[in-house]
Amino acid sequence: MPVAQLTSLDYVIMAIYFAVVLGIGWALRRRMRTSTDFLVSGRSLPPWVTGLAFLSANLGAQEVIGMGASGAKYGMATSHFYWIGAIPAMVFVGIFMMPFYYGSRARSVPEYLKLRFDEKTRTLNAVSFAAMTIFSSGVSMYAMGKLLNLLLGWDFGTSVLVSAAIVLAYVLLGGLTSAIYNEVLQFFMIVFGFAPLVWLGLRSVGGWDGLTAKLAEAAVAKGLPAGAYSHAWQGMGSATTNPIGVEWFGLVMGLGFVLSFGYWCTDFLVVQRAMAADSMTAARRTPLIAAVPKMLFPFLVILPGMIALVLSAGAGDGQGIIPAKLAAGGGPLLDSAGRIVLDYDLATPMMLVKLFPSGMLGLGLTALIASFMSGMAGNVTAFNTVWTYDIYQTHMRRGASDAHYLWMGRAATVGGIALSVAAAYVAGAFNNIMDFLQLIFAFVNAPLFATFAMGMFWRRSTGHGAFTGLVSGMAAAALHHGFTLASGSVPGVKGGFFGLLHTYPSELAQTFWTAIASFTTCLAVTVLVSVVTRPRPEEELRGLVYSLTPRPTDNTLRWIDRPATLAIGVLAMTVLLNFIFA
Amino acid sequence: MSEAGGLDLRYPIGGLFLVLGLILTGYGVLTAGNTAMYARATSVNINLWWGVAMLVFGAFMWGMAVRAGRRKA
Repeated sequence: MPVAQLTSLDYVIMAIYFAVVLGIGWALRRRMRTSTDFLVSGRSLPPWVTGLAFLSANLGAQEVIGMGASGAKYGMATSHFYWIGAIPAMVFVGIFMMPFYYGSRARSVPEYLKLRFDEKTRTLNAVSFAAMTIFSSGVSMYAMGKLLNLLLGWDFGTSVLVSAAIVLAYVLLGGLTSAIYNEVLQFFMIVFGFAPLVWLGLRSVGGWDGLTAKLAEAAVAKGLPAGAYSHAWQGMGSATTNPIGVEWFGLVMGLGFVLSFGYWCTDFLVVQRAMAADSMTAARRTPLIAAVPKMLFPFLVILPGMIALVLSAGAGDGQGIIPAKLAAGGGPLLDSAGRIVLDYDLATPMMLVKLFPSGMLGLGLTALIASFMSGMAGNVTAFNTVWTYDIYQTHMRRGASDAHYLWMGRAATVGGIALSVAAAYVAGAFNNIMDFLQLIFAFVNAPLFATFAMGMFWRRSTGHGAFTGLVSGMAAAALHHGFTLASGSVPGVKGGFFGLLHTYPSELAQTFWTAIASFTTCLAVTVLVSVVTRPRPEEELRGLVYSLTPRPTDNTLRWIDRPATLAIGVLAMTVLLNFIFA
Repeated sequence: MSEAGGLDLRYPIGGLFLVLGLILTGYGVLTAGNTAMYARATSVNINLWWGVAMLVFGAFMWGMAVRAGRRKA
């Protein structure tokens, strides 16, 4: 029995949105003359467009659903994923790293590794990245199909196939430009779809004061300090006194440094948006422009989860807004202590359904579906570029005509979407999508930032050093994960498969420390191997390494337009937000 | 501002929000006074108010695009 009934007006709103999405692809179809038009937007977009797309490409299922789920599970501490786990890295990539990505004329992040190091490092990165995009895209589609089935009673297969077909149509027509334009459109849909949800939600719990008062009751009931759910930093001194179960050092190093810099500074999915900008200044401003709305997003995506937590409290487990997770037999799932396990991923969607009347419900659901679809489109447009330039052109067919690579880019789009659909059927079985994605990022991305930091800021680092560093970093991640476990988890995919040496207080703590182990190993091995191998001549590294590249001069710009001004403003606001919600 | 393929993105954004805003505002006016329908939304006629907000935003985006187009011509 579906939870919500849509009226025909809700369907009309959905239909109008998708007509505009497809219309944008249609309007751009004549622009796609070369493979660079199709795969990298021909470096032609203004910074406000690439900036909002930079933000929006990351705004798939894991963000909207996962952050709502984390908000219901961890409360205000979830904002660390933004204020610690995103903003500093976004500022760093804009100010310090973009000059090399954009200035080197590389068409992708793996291609930068080829220019700076060698072919094998690039191939390792390209292949692991390509696999990860397909996987993420599949997880996103799986979550969407399951959610639409539960909320609206739509058939899982039909939801997945129809949304895949729409994404396929607009990416095939307009390439990366079309994906980016639709990401910007989706950004505004999310803002306009979720802002009223937060407003009505706050009204229903008695405003911000009502919310914090009720969260204090919920925190005390769980044996935490009263402010644990409504403050970001309270109880962070020890893993046992805060809801996320991580102490401040693991949080700042693991999430704030290793995972966040690994993701925002090296993940081609987001960096590709900045590389499509129309000038160096625009490319550098892209992540900084994205950081402004990013720091305000906790209020849009985390608050609905926190409000759902309050509205569920006292209603009996599984009887409030957040329903119980269902076991295979159909009854509520119980944990080892016999308590009902709540399905936190449903916190935000249930809020939407419970608070919005017909009309607004159509808008909210469209925003939600749009975020799933643009997550898929973002992954597919990153995948087709890496596949075409870094795998196909490098290893399968060199020196073909550009028309051939344009054809290959289109074929890779079709193939990528088909593989995502297949992955959607494989994915599942996790309580919180975010924890799982963080784990995957920990294996693949955590060592990456060490490699890029060495490549960009240490001219002596070599290709052999980078490659062995990356491989040992990934191995260290797997080993650490295999030898540790979060308390309450059973050995298996959650860790402990090689034996048990240490138990962490929470899954997040384990994930953050996996990342720290991986990063440190990669850094150490890269340095050791680089020292004993032959460096590349300095003239080959100009434009690729910090000390051998002229600084970008912003002196011709008005001070207000300079990337550094924007960066300082963004950082100051982030510090202020941390103090207000400490 | 030069835009890919001569398509200023502010036109589709503005157009979409104008149309959706118009629909929600109209629906809000038609359902005004329907207390049962808006009880779940803390008794706020959210369709009407949010529809108006979307209309304003849509008009702003469209206006920006028109202004940029004129300056180029």
